[in-house]
Amino acid sequence: MKQHASSAITVVETREVSKKFDDRIAVDHLDLEISTGVCFGLLGPNGAGKTTTLRMVYGVTQATSGTIRVFGMDIRHNLRAVRSRLGVTLQQNVLIEALSPKENLQVFGRYHLLREPELSRRAEQLIDFLELRSHAAVPVRQLSGGFQRRLAIALSLINAPELLILDEPTTGLDPAVRLTLWSRVRELRDAGTTVLLTTHYMDEAQRLCDQVAIIAVGKVIASGSPAELIASRLAPETVELDCTPREEALLFDGLGPGRSLRVGRRLMLYVEDAASLISQIRRHDQGDRRSVIVRPTNLEDVFLALTGTSLEVNP
Amino acid sequence: MSLSLPYALAVWRRNAAMYKRTWKWNILPNLFEPVFYLFSIGVGVGAYISQMAGTSYLAFIAPGLVCVAAMNGASFEVTYNIYVRLVFEKTYDAMLTTPIEPDDILAGELLWAATRSCTYGGCFFLVLMLFGLTPLPSSLWVILIIPLTGFLFAAIGIVFSLRIPNIDMFSFYFTLFLTPLFLFSDVFFPLKERLTGGWLWLAEVLPLLHPVRLARASFKGEFSSTVLWDLAYILGMSLMLLLWARRAVRNRLTN
Repeated sequence: MKQHASSAITVVETREVSKKFDDRIAVDHLDLEISTGVCFGLLGPNGAGKTTTLRMVYGVTQATSGTIRVFGMDIRHNLRAVRSRLGVTLQQNVLIEALSPKENLQVFGRYHLLREPELSRRAEQLIDFLELRSHAAVPVRQLSGGFQRRLAIALSLINAPELLILDEPTTGLDPAVRLTLWSRVRELRDAGTTVLLTTHYMDEAQRLCDQVAIIAVGKVIASGSPAELIASRLAPETVELDCTPREEALLFDGLGPGRSLRVGRRLMLYVEDAASLISQIRRHDQGDRRSVIVRPTNLEDVFLALTGTSLEVNP
Repeated sequence: MSLSLPYALAVWRRNAAMYKRTWKWNILPNLFEPVFYLFSIGVGVGAYISQMAGTSYLAFIAPGLVCVAAMNGASFEVTYNIYVRLVFEKTYDAMLTTPIEPDDILAGELLWAATRSCTYGGCFFLVLMLFGLTPLPSSLWVILIIPLTGFLFAAIGIVFSLRIPNIDMFSFYFTLFLTPLFLFSDVFFPLKERLTGGWLWLAEVLPLLHPVRLARASFKGEFSSTVLWDLAYILGMSLMLLLWARRAVRNRLTN
């Protein structure tokens, strides 16, 4: 009985899911649980296994081991049933360039066996929802990147999905388009749609997601709400400045490990109270005031602290 | 087996929606191409040939050219177009986010290729009709032979498209495979009067030979037992290739 109740509110559940490609382990004993109506962010560096995880959730990639349940159904045996209730926006826009947004929506709606007049009704609705009206009849190849991305997201909403999967929805978009898309995603979530997204942008995750899981080398290394993650991992204030490692040793000797992060010349210090640290820096500089930024610690700091700042790929 | 006809038709309709945009430009060359062949080879070269295999040269080449048109109609679709959808446009990846399965995609694309072979072959047949080169009613059997030819060459082309590493390989397919087939499959001269013994047996491998023989038999209205062998070849070969393609499509699109 209890089992049943929990599966009703859990939209996506992965248990001990692993995926091997030849010798490479892409996903390693991954456990995720995503509840109804939540916006869930899957974060991680390039090659962490985010896209593979998404592909397993909608059943295009088969897990090597473990079980995946979506809407309470085992994905392996209920592919069509699961996919009829979810929508996916892939990393790359998949649009028919010769056709208009409206025609694209109609073609995609037919993949879900929608028929007229319902098909046109939903297409029109989505054209308004994603603000595509001004170019609804123009061939897609003439549209800007922001328009094309909005259309790609509209396509994945044509079946009114209960679960919306977005693979890097705002990569390469200008700030205005990103803001529009975020507010649309929020509206969908508020209307009860569960959202599962991947992103490289920590500001996006922090603003949009109720829950996040940070994964690296196919494993969840931290999860929770963005605020929880920040509070549990790092001090609330961040001081940012440029300095050499020698100066750092001189200046912040007593700070202790895990309180700072260096990227090239840039140093970030996580502290309870920035004021005393700043006066310490000013004393050291003796009038030669360097630029110092004080800001709230954010998800990006946590992300970098957990996944590292090295650009080298860890195999 | 996870084939569902409504989903396969949704795949078909995607291609049809695109074709609706361009059909006017596609149909015109379809109509002209046969006329050029008929005039150049049939009338021009034919003027120097009093008869071939018991008929006028024009009447001899007419049925074979219908099959060539059907072959070309399917081939363009399952080579360049499928490859672009598979590799560049990622059309199939998008389809697989919906309830559509790989088997539906394969079936939809096959149906579409057959549809294209019917428009090509059908146009050609209409032109021949206008020239009075289609003995009625026997030549109407060609209406069945055209889609069969389409399926056969769709299956061959899909298998090729799934195997090649890059799009440049299609020039080999057209110049080293389809063109020789066009020239040496009984279309322009009767193979059995030019080849002897073992070579004649070997020629039976040529896929275009069988539809051409069927079309010629139907134009003549004379069916021999060879018809059964030709049909068996077309159906057997198509089926074998499709079984292979089915696995290849699934492996290519899912993992």
